[in-house]
Amino acid sequence: MSENTDTTFAPPPPRTKNTLGARLTAIFENKYIGWPALGIALLMPFITASAYSLNVMTTALIFVVLAAGLNIVVGYCGLLDLGYIAFLAVGAYTAGILSKMFELPVLFTLPAVIVMTVLAGLLIGAPTLRLRSDYLAIVTLGFGEITRITANNLQLTGGPSGIFGIPSFLTIGELDLQQPVIFYYITVVMVAGLVLAAARLGKSRLGRAWRYVKEDEDAAEAMGIHTYKVKLLAYIFGAVWGGFAGILFASHLSAVSPQSFLFLQSALVLMAVVLGGMGNMKGVVIGALVISLLPELLRDFAEYRYLVFGVLLVVVMVFRPQGFWPARGYEPERKMTAVDAAVAEGRSR
Amino acid sequence: MSAVLEVSDLQIQFGGVKAVDGLSFVANAKEIIAVIGPNGAGKTSAFNCITGFYKPTGGSVKLNGTDITGKRPADIAAGGVSRTFQNLRLFPDLTVLDNVRAGMHLYGGQNFLDAIFHTPRFKRSETLYTDEAHYWLDFVGYKGQRGVPIRNLAYGQQKQVEIARALARKAELLLLDEPAAGLNHNEKQTLLELVRRIRDLGTAVVLIEHDMGLVMEVSERIVVMNFGKEIAEGTPAEVKANPSVIEAYLGKDDDANDEEEVSSRGDA
Repeated sequence: MSENTDTTFAPPPPRTKNTLGARLTAIFENKYIGWPALGIALLMPFITASAYSLNVMTTALIFVVLAAGLNIVVGYCGLLDLGYIAFLAVGAYTAGILSKMFELPVLFTLPAVIVMTVLAGLLIGAPTLRLRSDYLAIVTLGFGEITRITANNLQLTGGPSGIFGIPSFLTIGELDLQQPVIFYYITVVMVAGLVLAAARLGKSRLGRAWRYVKEDEDAAEAMGIHTYKVKLLAYIFGAVWGGFAGILFASHLSAVSPQSFLFLQSALVLMAVVLGGMGNMKGVVIGALVISLLPELLRDFAEYRYLVFGVLLVVVMVFRPQGFWPARGYEPERKMTAVDAAVAEGRSR
Repeated sequence: MSAVLEVSDLQIQFGGVKAVDGLSFVANAKEIIAVIGPNGAGKTSAFNCITGFYKPTGGSVKLNGTDITGKRPADIAAGGVSRTFQNLRLFPDLTVLDNVRAGMHLYGGQNFLDAIFHTPRFKRSETLYTDEAHYWLDFVGYKGQRGVPIRNLAYGQQKQVEIARALARKAELLLLDEPAAGLNHNEKQTLLELVRRIRDLGTAVVLIEHDMGLVMEVSERIVVMNFGKEIAEGTPAEVKANPSVIEAYLGKDDDANDEEEVSSRGDA
């Protein structure tokens, strides 16, 4: 607690400048890094615009939304959710059922989907979030399966064959926005907005509260953070992101069936979050793209492609257990002008 | 002087063990109270009861006249209690500044829509959080880097940050659980001076401490505990002269009456 003692002179080594690593870090940690990514996404149809590639890219982007949503729950708040795909199911079924029933464009079901996913988040979160770690994981796994099995058995959801013939996303006059290229661009815009929103949430008062809860629940509670409410909020935001993905999903496939909401899907989304780097939205986007695109790129391996996929994942986890691009806990030091210093000096409580 | 904290007949029992058994004391604004006692005397348990981490099995805790006994820790914190922990409880992967910002959660000033759309309100509130964090780090005399994860810091620096975090809460009552543990002589002197400055802010400071020299020097009143019971209370001079305190710390004279020892064992 003073200058001349052994405990104060050990600051971590400052990150050395001018090495390749430092330069790469400077590029990747730039706050405008999202723009080139958006640019690439917007230019992709000019490189390849076959029906197949547009389908794959749209699916990958929807998967990015899912990973971004789960990152709020797992990456920010540290709540291991193994049944996250349930929220995609709630969103997709709500969008599909309502738009079919009322012959509405899918986009117009958005408010209903948000309400339903918030309710689903509350319903699943309220009882389970009293549990910690392993218990929470098991119970969320159960809820995920319950959701799928319920959908499989209800008349309303069309049973095992699900719902098909879902109306177009939106039709303006003669223009059907469901056309693959247009729908791809709609997806790009929505996904970009959702990823940005999730990233910004992570750097706000609420986002910090989530991280405090993740790091030390008791200490957070002692600082006046109502940990249960904060965890529930993480769950609800995750659920709403799942709902947005659900709308895009229902619209993209124009069909929803229980087969899309298997446990494997929850595991894959979780994999994207862990592989990309928990808590860092940029990393998670990369992780989601890898998880969703790699099986397509490995088509040359035919029936071995999932084997290769699995081996690659194991290799990555062995050599980079923190994920491709983990959250870095650094922020700028104080930049103080003489005026600021004088103000701080003269400031009373 | 008004009583900020009023603890009366506080009790907590774990199974058959009465960790705290009838503790009563009052802490006023602008006052430093020390709770001392040998290891296992129930000091930290008492702190945990006051801050809501344990639910007391008896007695009451009042904060500014409002009964807060057995409430949720977050609600008690919101009521105006801040604390540090015996073994540092920081958020290791977060930066020094973020750790201090934790104490400011209750300032509010932004909601999730502000955060998503980066409204002017959001920017104002974030600036306030950062300025306050720097202010409290300066206040505790922290001199290290502030944008780095806290797990990289030296122990003494981490202790400073924990106090800064508790201060950022701007509570009327601050509970310090062994703030001097693990500090060297110079650091203890700095701490002493810091505790006095915290008191001068108008805060009621209650601290648990082992270092008798430090306690005698800094506190206005001392509560002594042993085996969960309160055995003495008074000014440092009174406590120093109290025979039961001397007995608790130094043990009984070997020549003491054997019968008395037998009867006291029978009680336990």
